[in-house]
Amino acid sequence: MRLEVEKLFVRFPTPTGVVEAVRGASFAMGAEKLGIVGESGSGKSTLGRAILRLIAPPGEVVADRLTFDGIDLLNADRRTLRQIRGGRIAMVLQDPKFSLNPVMTVGRQIEEAVRVHGRVGRREARERALAMLEAVRIREPARVHAAWPHELSGGMGQRAMIAIMLAAGPELLIADEPTSALDVTVQMQVLAILDDLVSERGMGLVFISHDLDLVASFCDRVLVMYAGRIVESLPAEALHAARHPYTRGLLSCLPDIARPQRRLPVLERDPAWAREELP
Amino acid sequence: MIAVERLEVAFGHGRRRVQAVQNVSFTVPEGGSFGLVGESGSGKTTALRAIAALVEPSGGRISVAGEPVARRPGRAFRKTVQMVFQDPYGSLHPRHTVDRILREPCRIHKLDGIEERIGRVLAEVGLGPAFRFRFPHQLSGGQRQRVAIARALVLEPRVLLLDEPTSALDVSVQAEILNLLGDLRAARGLTFLFVSHNLAVVAQMCERVAVMMNGRVVEEADATQLAACALAHPYARQLLQASRGYDRELARSLVRFE
Repeated sequence: MRLEVEKLFVRFPTPTGVVEAVRGASFAMGAEKLGIVGESGSGKSTLGRAILRLIAPPGEVVADRLTFDGIDLLNADRRTLRQIRGGRIAMVLQDPKFSLNPVMTVGRQIEEAVRVHGRVGRREARERALAMLEAVRIREPARVHAAWPHELSGGMGQRAMIAIMLAAGPELLIADEPTSALDVTVQMQVLAILDDLVSERGMGLVFISHDLDLVASFCDRVLVMYAGRIVESLPAEALHAARHPYTRGLLSCLPDIARPQRRLPVLERDPAWAREELP
Repeated sequence: MIAVERLEVAFGHGRRRVQAVQNVSFTVPEGGSFGLVGESGSGKTTALRAIAALVEPSGGRISVAGEPVARRPGRAFRKTVQMVFQDPYGSLHPRHTVDRILREPCRIHKLDGIEERIGRVLAEVGLGPAFRFRFPHQLSGGQRQRVAIARALVLEPRVLLLDEPTSALDVSVQAEILNLLGDLRAARGLTFLFVSHNLAVVAQMCERVAVMMNGRVVEEADATQLAACALAHPYARQLLQASRGYDRELARSLVRFE
């Protein structure tokens, strides 16, 4: 599995002119945990969606190259995209409350994913669904299988979401703020599940988050986005030694329990950050 | 300034009765800043709302500025105690200008010199006169939260109850708002009660912190104990460790507390 993105732009026409949400993003990744961090409006979620061509018209995606395992996603027809979406590349969104179907039991939603992407009978789909629920560490898979989304807590809902997305055995998972709505201890458990899937299945993970500390401790590599551009790309363990003034500014304005200071440093934005080219 | 003694809050009746806050006691001295931290459902916001007389306690005693908090407190209490909410997108009237948002509490409390008050309080929260006649949708999240703080301050309260005031903001904006709150507290001698799920934010803002779990306070600590990770209760320790970022070993050893 290899995802290659070269000079990707996402543009939205508006009454006041064209807005470029992503501007010239380039990166390549394999079976690793790639973090994309940035503040709201930096284009990180739009970049994640653009990989799956989930930008609705009149928005448009333009790139020199957008390939997944040699398949040109940019010019792929609807049928090819349908097979890839949810099959080979899956996506987990932030809030399970809005991404689960409220009028379908959790089990049926997982079975649907299994059956759409593989020729599987009813009974086998059910077994696979139960196995998926077990894989995301749900203690009573049979009970959750029969449950409706509103009966689940936030953490359980997010695990069910991940179970649906993993049911088809994707090679790449795009997770957009998958743990931001969860309590820290639940967040830790959900991350451990994703971590194991990457190391055991050789899955690639794009982890989109606004939480720098979390990304630094969880991912292998980090892309920092600002105003639609990737301003810095570095190994996660080197995030705290980042060079770009934006990344350093973001890190320094986080309060630190171990080193309290009377006032927090404030980020001074330089308009040049939005313009400059990557080295 | 704030004294809470054996506070109990329950919702519902009979078999559906839920004890949201159980036997919670703490005091905040005048000019002090006290933090309540915990995960969702721990009862921290309910405790805060009970102090603001927005929910009715089922037991215990609360007093603010030496006066017991009545079930339906009058204007004097509302003038002393003001609240700032989490979501600056939801807590401002979408069809009122900043001017009208700030004017309304002044009118209710029959204050004089409203014009000067509004100008002064806007300057204090770092918004110039240019913002006065804008609508909330013309402001960024950080600017809206500044308006929400201005609305609370315009009555010159002595106590601010803050419910996750920076959770909906980007970290760079969070730093600005936390600095602003710290400056205002120092300048006006305000007393803060600060609710958050984020331990680092609470440690930044408060001298003392109570960790809540399932409606109870499991531990009370001061800022130096937090910085040194010197907490006694296993749940409080686990929460502190989990908030420091991802750790595969820690994830394996997490314990559920009932």
